[in-house]
Amino acid sequence: MPDVLAYAEIRDGVAGKPAREVVTAAREMADSVGGAVHVLVVGPPGTEMAAAGLGEFGADRILVGEREDLALYQPGVSSEIVSRVTQEGDYAAVLFPATARGKDLAPRVAVRVARPLATDVIGFDVSEDEISVRRPMYAGKAIATLRFTASPALLTLRANVCPPQRRDGAGSVERIDVGSAQPRTRVTAFEAGDRDQLDVAEATIIVSGGRGLQNAENWNLLEDLVSALGDEATLGASRAVVDAGWRPHSEQVGQTGKTVSPNLYFAVGISGAIQHLAGMRTAKVIVAINRDADAPIFGVADYGVVGDLFEIVPRLTEEIRRIRQEA
Amino acid sequence: MNTIVCVKRVPDSATRVKVSSVGVGIDPAGVKFVLNPYDEFALEEAIRRVEADGGGTVTVISVGPPATAEALRQALAMGADEAVLLRCEGSHDGLAVARALAAEIRGREFDLILFGKQAIDDDNMQVPQMVAELLDVPCATVVVGLEISGGKAVAQREVEGGHEVVEFTLPAVVSAQKGLNEPRYPNLKGIMAAKKKPLEEKDVTLAPSTLEFVSLEEPPAPAAGRIIGTGAEAVPDLVAALREEAKVL
Repeated sequence: MPDVLAYAEIRDGVAGKPAREVVTAAREMADSVGGAVHVLVVGPPGTEMAAAGLGEFGADRILVGEREDLALYQPGVSSEIVSRVTQEGDYAAVLFPATARGKDLAPRVAVRVARPLATDVIGFDVSEDEISVRRPMYAGKAIATLRFTASPALLTLRANVCPPQRRDGAGSVERIDVGSAQPRTRVTAFEAGDRDQLDVAEATIIVSGGRGLQNAENWNLLEDLVSALGDEATLGASRAVVDAGWRPHSEQVGQTGKTVSPNLYFAVGISGAIQHLAGMRTAKVIVAINRDADAPIFGVADYGVVGDLFEIVPRLTEEIRRIRQEA
Repeated sequence: MNTIVCVKRVPDSATRVKVSSVGVGIDPAGVKFVLNPYDEFALEEAIRRVEADGGGTVTVISVGPPATAEALRQALAMGADEAVLLRCEGSHDGLAVARALAAEIRGREFDLILFGKQAIDDDNMQVPQMVAELLDVPCATVVVGLEISGGKAVAQREVEGGHEVVEFTLPAVVSAQKGLNEPRYPNLKGIMAAKKKPLEEKDVTLAPSTLEFVSLEEPPAPAAGRIIGTGAEAVPDLVAALREEAKVL
């Protein structure tokens, strides 16, 4: 029986949501093909501790490679290790998270193992010995279905597609050789952004603002709402406000920004240009707050409130704080 | 410095995508095609490098259908020196495209190969890294800052919550993210000059893929939502709906 390999990302010493999601997806696939889940983790000394917990999410074997310089992502080292493990095993599929790292790494591995890659996958189907995947194109204006006719199938999995699922069991941890070759592309530092906030592509709740906010200073309203919503929430922005310089491009949602699939998306003062709608329409629940009842955003929203956001948003923040305190 | 910029012709981001009746592509009727927006940052970077160096060339290469020549003319109008079109129908498989590009680039002299970080049609985001691996040169992706001196490069690459600093030697591949620079608009002089610049077209056959394109569908129409109400008075009902009906709070 072929197995399934998952590349689990360790960030800041933690096997967080991207790692747990990709292992959960690998478990689901492995159960369909009747094989085991192997999880590959590389990082600095101490990584084994963080990785061992992935057994709870369905990892049967956890392969750990530790090396001092792997505290930062080293594309050359990681691609060499992942490719070697891929070729040594009998894998139906190799999964990566669609994170900055996973998106950089997976294509490098694809060349080394000479197999095509499907990126940003939002659904998969395993039947007989064939794997089909669904992935958005045109920033989500269309959904493609692709079928792998040779194994292993390589794919990167979009955030929030396979919520982590705990189960009984603990995987066995094994050390793997990571070599000592010096890569030619070296990541030498990580420079943290100004704000310590969750990336918009990874958050489960997004509060996005548009031109209706009128200026950059008014973002404190949205920041308050994000903080009331908790650790899983973050800020997003429309292209108009990024182009105006009110918000950084890293927060932009839409066709020339990020395509997101959170559980809950607040569009505040965003009219809903087609490029924006493409980037967020796969959110599970969409709330629109806008003065203009005819704004296109209401056409995709599950819930809408028409009116002045400067009155509605503070009230919403207050109401959410209240129910969070009661809980 | 000799630079190569790999570009793609894509539907404009304002396009309303309609799936063609056969269900494997989009209906091109009424679609405006443009140079991929991220490729403009790549092209601008190449042109600036060559200008700053006072020597070298900018060569643009594309894999695509015959109409891609328009996008290449636009690149020439921006300031590229020559263009090569590898004529074929293109592919959804990034590896097939990367192999065609690498085959063309092999044997050419280059210091830097630039790409847009992704094409906004298939959103694959894989060809730059693949070309780098195939040519066995260093690669930094999603780059928002780039400094080069004495054959060494330092790039800032956008990642969750900040930037990675990436160091490598040339020749290398870099994929450009919005923010790397401010792309210029072609001026009339550039547009006139572009007509006389060399644009070589040749037919290529992409390698067969083991990733089959089964179908393309439009996403399901959003379920009809409802307006909860007007103004701040509607907030308690909204929160109740999010908690009890949608169960997301």
